Amino acid sequence: MRRQEDPTLLRGTATFVADLTVPRMVEAVVVRSMYAHARIDAIDTMATSSLSGVVAVITAADLPEGVGPIPMRLSSSPELVQALQHPLARDRVRYVGEPIAVIVAQSRYLAEDAASTLRVDYSPLPAMASVDTAMASAPLFEGLTANHVYHRHHQKGLGSEAVAAAPRRLKMHFSIQRHTGMPLETRGLLAVPEAERLTVYGPTKVVFFNRRLLSDLLKVPLEHIHYVEVAVGGGFGIRGEFYPEDYLIPFLAQRLQTPVRWIEDRMEHFQAANHSREQHHEVEVGFDDMGHVMGLADHIWVDTGAYIRTHGVTVPELTQAMLPGPYDWAALDTELHVVLTNKTPTGTYRGPGRFEGTFVRERLMDSIAATLHLDPLVVRQRNLLQATQLPYSNGLKALGHEVELDSGNYPAALLRASNLMESETISQRKSEALHTGHLRGLGFAFVVEKSGLGPYEDARLVLQDDGTVACFTGLADLGQGTGTMLATVVSKELGVDRDRIHVIYGDTDRVAEGFGTFASRGTVVGGSAAYLASAELKRRIVAVLSDVIGNGAKMVMHPSGIKVSGRTRTVSYREVLHRAETQKVPLDVTQRFTATAMTYPYGVHACEVDVSPETGAVHIVRYGVVYDVGKAINLDMVRDQIMGGVAQGIGGAVLEQLVYDETGQLQTGTFMDYLIPGMCEVPDIEVVVTEDAPAPSNPMGVKGAGEGGAVGVAPALANAIADAISAPPEAFTTLPIRPQDILRWIRLGLEHRPRGDEAE
Amino acid sequence: MIENHMSYRASYTLSVNGQCYRVIDVEPRLLLADVLRDILHLTGTHLGCEHGACGACTVLLDGRPVRSCLMLGVQAQNKSIQTVEGLAGPNGVLSPLQEAFAEDHALQCGFCTPGMLMTAQFLLNNNAHPSRLEIREALSGNLCRCTGYQNIVNAIERTANADNASENSVTKR
Amino acid sequence: MKPCAFQLYTPSTLEDALEALWELTEEGRSVKVLAGGQSLIPVLNMRLATPDVLIDLNELDSDLNFISPDTNHIKIGALTRHYQLETSPLISKNVPIITEAERLIGHVAIRSRGTLGGSLAHADPSAELPLVASLLNARMTLQSKHATRTIPAAEFFLAYLMTSMEPTEILTEITIPTLPGRSGQSIQEFALRHGDFAIAVAGAQVTMDEDGCISDARLTLGGVGGTPLDMSASLAPLVGSRPLPEDIERLMKEICQDLEPDGDIHADSAYRKDLAITLSTRALVDGLQKVKDS
Ligand SMILES: Cc1cc2nc3c(=O)[nH]c(=O)nc-3n(C[C@H](O)[C@H](O)[C@H](O)COP(=O)(O)OP(=O)(O)OC[C@H]3O[C@@H](n4cnc5c(N)ncnc54)[C@H](O)[C@@H]3O)c2cc1C
Ligand code: FES
Ligand code: FES
Repeated sequence: MRRQEDPTLLRGTATFVADLTVPRMVEAVVVRSMYAHARIDAIDTMATSSLSGVVAVITAADLPEGVGPIPMRLSSSPELVQALQHPLARDRVRYVGEPIAVIVAQSRYLAEDAASTLRVDYSPLPAMASVDTAMASAPLFEGLTANHVYHRHHQKGLGSEAVAAAPRRLKMHFSIQRHTGMPLETRGLLAVPEAERLTVYGPTKVVFFNRRLLSDLLKVPLEHIHYVEVAVGGGFGIRGEFYPEDYLIPFLAQRLQTPVRWIEDRMEHFQAANHSREQHHEVEVGFDDMGHVMGLADHIWVDTGAYIRTHGVTVPELTQAMLPGPYDWAALDTELHVVLTNKTPTGTYRGPGRFEGTFVRERLMDSIAATLHLDPLVVRQRNLLQATQLPYSNGLKALGHEVELDSGNYPAALLRASNLMESETISQRKSEALHTGHLRGLGFAFVVEKSGLGPYEDARLVLQDDGTVACFTGLADLGQGTGTMLATVVSKELGVDRDRIHVIYGDTDRVAEGFGTFASRGTVVGGSAAYLASAELKRRIVAVLSDVIGNGAKMVMHPSGIKVSGRTRTVSYREVLHRAETQKVPLDVTQRFTATAMTYPYGVHACEVDVSPETGAVHIVRYGVVYDVGKAINLDMVRDQIMGGVAQGIGGAVLEQLVYDETGQLQTGTFMDYLIPGMCEVPDIEVVVTEDAPAPSNPMGVKGAGEGGAVGVAPALANAIADAISAPPEAFTTLPIRPQDILRWIRLGLEHRPRGDEAE
Repeated sequence: MIENHMSYRASYTLSVNGQCYRVIDVEPRLLLADVLRDILHLTGTHLGCEHGACGACTVLLDGRPVRSCLMLGVQAQNKSIQTVEGLAGPNGVLSPLQEAFAEDHALQCGFCTPGMLMTAQFLLNNNAHPSRLEIREALSGNLCRCTGYQNIVNAIERTANADNASENSVTKR
Repeated sequence: MKPCAFQLYTPSTLEDALEALWELTEEGRSVKVLAGGQSLIPVLNMRLATPDVLIDLNELDSDLNFISPDTNHIKIGALTRHYQLETSPLISKNVPIITEAERLIGHVAIRSRGTLGGSLAHADPSAELPLVASLLNARMTLQSKHATRTIPAAEFFLAYLMTSMEPTEILTEITIPTLPGRSGQSIQEFALRHGDFAIAVAGAQVTMDEDGCISDARLTLGGVGGTPLDMSASLAPLVGSRPLPEDIERLMKEICQDLEPDGDIHADSAYRKDLAITLSTRALVDGLQKVKDS
């Protein structure tokens, strides 16, 4: 089945924001801090302003009195307010890449020329490039008492007492490296002033929220701001949030009364767009000799960067809330610590909190198994929640909802994955691999995801006189095919060809409201609204035609008109609309779906690897994902999401890292240093989509599929590698896992192996 | 003396997708990608990194793939350039490769797609029967952040196989 | 990420290029020579280099783009592109290690533009062609308006991204010895992704006598020092013997003992050293195997 989005993308005629040019357009470049932490003593804009081609140079001093800071959209908390970011730094910079000034010129080339002449006098301050340094340093903001800006403790049952009382315990330290979404298209905006209105091209994800925010910051009425989403080159959580530039560019357009375009370049993107994932976990788990877990204690340390951005503490909170996963923990004791440092601020990235927590939990499961010399699958099976235990609340809250695992058959998913990977015969394959000089290993990871965040979404369907249907949605499309998804839902319900459904989104003049596309909510919330609207539209059409259709007859919506079973004449759409008008039954339907709870897809990642004992290189022999989405609207698109997620997960597991030196300089600021997996690094992925456990909370039973592909990769790979080299339980707790780390464990193993083994 | 031959401005002719374009009085520093996008308004060629590492800007220069972010526009005069806009046939009929991309969901956001298509087209022009590994190696310089690549490999393989099938049917008959 | 403003000069003869380079350098202008641009243009786009003038060599194909075999060696013009080397039957017959090396360089689009001269002049210590040039003791011909000199690779590579070229000189030609009889060449590398610059790379050439004993062996390592490291002098123990892979590995462990590679974000020092042992063993073993196969 083809996607509606593809024809223009394939021809190269789709419009991304950087493809837009309008008359009188000028281009902006953002001048950014070169220091991780410094006082700004002076900025001299004189020389720069007078260069030919330069239209304007602005610094914080040129912004209206009292503007900013940029507030939180999710997971806000009063103690975080002090650390919010203003659009431009005034007298102090706190990370490399922080906006200091904006230069507008006739072209990007000239703007960059001008940027290199801007004189900024800094007095460098000591940089805090790690949580440890930050904990020992003075607070980054006035009004804060410490850089330890947020703290939450959660206990279930006896908490850490249960761990202490367990017959066996394992204490481990996990590190997840800083890395991020890195969409292939950088961010960009074009703001066009027309009389009192301002049209902004380039927003996405949460278009309506951001528009409201901009109207607040610019102090102009909401209806004076027109947001238009154009084609978007990937989001993955980081794109579409309200960043400083989302204020600065419209502000400049308004002030200069000329269209201003800003296209972020890749080096800026590395410093300016949200980072993600950096966490340390100090874990202790208690269990018995059979591998039954008895309690888990975890101190979660989050390096949140220099400012709190729109996500507030979403990622830390989701980490804590989703850490327990699919297991039946009698006791939990988790403490969350969020710490400010002199690094780029952080936000969400596909599977926020779950990538991190799943790595910790699922690697831990294998470590328990290794300690007890048990099969990791057996240890998992002994601890999984049984189907009959669901719905099951783990007592924690995520994004304001209590985590209540709604439906699922976890043991069945594990069994399916085990069968898919032929785990019964792995030892045979291990000895075969040994003949070719490779160490073969098999690893699993169980994933519990969340999806379908509320509050609600509307869908409006309008029947047109040519029989096509316009579908208006408040969702956004960042490349996942939102239009195709909605058209599929409507087409199935109405029985209209999919290419006759026109989905309209992301234009605030054409769509009234929406909450956007994030947290795998599109299909669940927006899709459900479209489903309800389709049913209502169909009901109304039937009502309008009741005299033609009669009782029990069926109608089919053909391109030429509506055909009723048992009759030869088709009713034209003109006639349908005419009847509707005279009967005062509008065939323009809006329905709302309100999400009362989140819904929890789940699955298993599994991979088989060959490790080279000479170089530590890992070759992924097979990669399988079993994933339950309740009900798939479009199986292919679910698989697309999983495969793309796995590729990103591989990046996070073995390649990608945003490295800072101790002065807070980013060391990996280009694609030559920050290694995104390419075609030779991502294997074919076997995806098995199951529909065992429909969501009880929405009419179609769907669960989101956007993030589950990414979250299980790191532990599955780590476990497979550990299995291949018979690593001790404490191995592979730091991401990314690089060949050099693997080789070190191989060498350590050889040193410590008893002599008898070596003789073999 | 040399001064007379050096310039801060340049005018030149480019041949893109078989059509001639005159680029008048621009700075020689303009990258080929920027000339295509901003001056000729052929915006199908995308910029993902501007340092040669992502492949989004790949175009064919005299039939070979090159990074249009790592060349000056002026260096492409007297050469023939092909961009994604030139792939579809007259009347906008998608090429077999483009068809296969649509069929196999070889794109999601589509930002990497033009570069992928151009590199893949070069591969198929030079190797009618590439193996999956050959496909992966040939496209190793084109990053995609959305698809996980598998569907792209499938689409290229499908295009090659369709070609083979038509070849076979011709020879059999 | 757009280059700074510069004046562009595109000479149509080598003479003009040398003349311009001489004059402008004398005038104290900052000048850069542009070949394939696959290393220089990224640097310009990032504004890590901001030259006044670029001299574009790309119209000098008739002077600088050639592959011409001679007795015992082959001469290659500096502007010969990676893909031309990769696909040249003359190269694969006479210096097969270059064909192998080319397949490891970047990606197809990089090889369309990048040149032999540019790779050598750029002098990245983990790049393949500088390694090959060192291994085979290639000779570099450097021309300026007033002089031409030819120096061996060992004198050309000075340090990380640094060569002994004068600012007024252009590398015009590289002379590489052809594969001797009863010899095998091999290049082995390890990179984190397909097409990336190697973390470590080893090149070897082994020659056997009529009895199947090694009569000559050469080895160069890349990625473990500021320039390609010629390890050939330490291979003396192999000469006159018929070593097994284990023997070679033992010797490699010994001779790599004193390497002190710098670590970086991609690999630490110990790992690079470890790779040097593995890759040099592989290169020598593979080189030997090729002699035996032929
Ligand atoms: C994504 C990517 C991956 C890559 N991967 C690899 C890899 O794996 N291995 C590898 O070896 N290379 C790799 N490269 C670099 C590539 O091989 C370059 O082609 C090469 O390093 C430089 O050659 P060039 O002709 O492009 O030189 P240019 O970029 O034009 O010039 C490089 C430098 O050499 C000088 N110069 C060039 N020619 C001459 C001359 N004839 N005389 C004097 N000075 C001269 C220039 O002034 C400049 O300082 C990669 C590049 C990219 C963008
Ligand atoms: S934009 Fe040219 S390679 Fe990325
Ligand atoms: S489809 Fe989005 S980058 Fe490839």
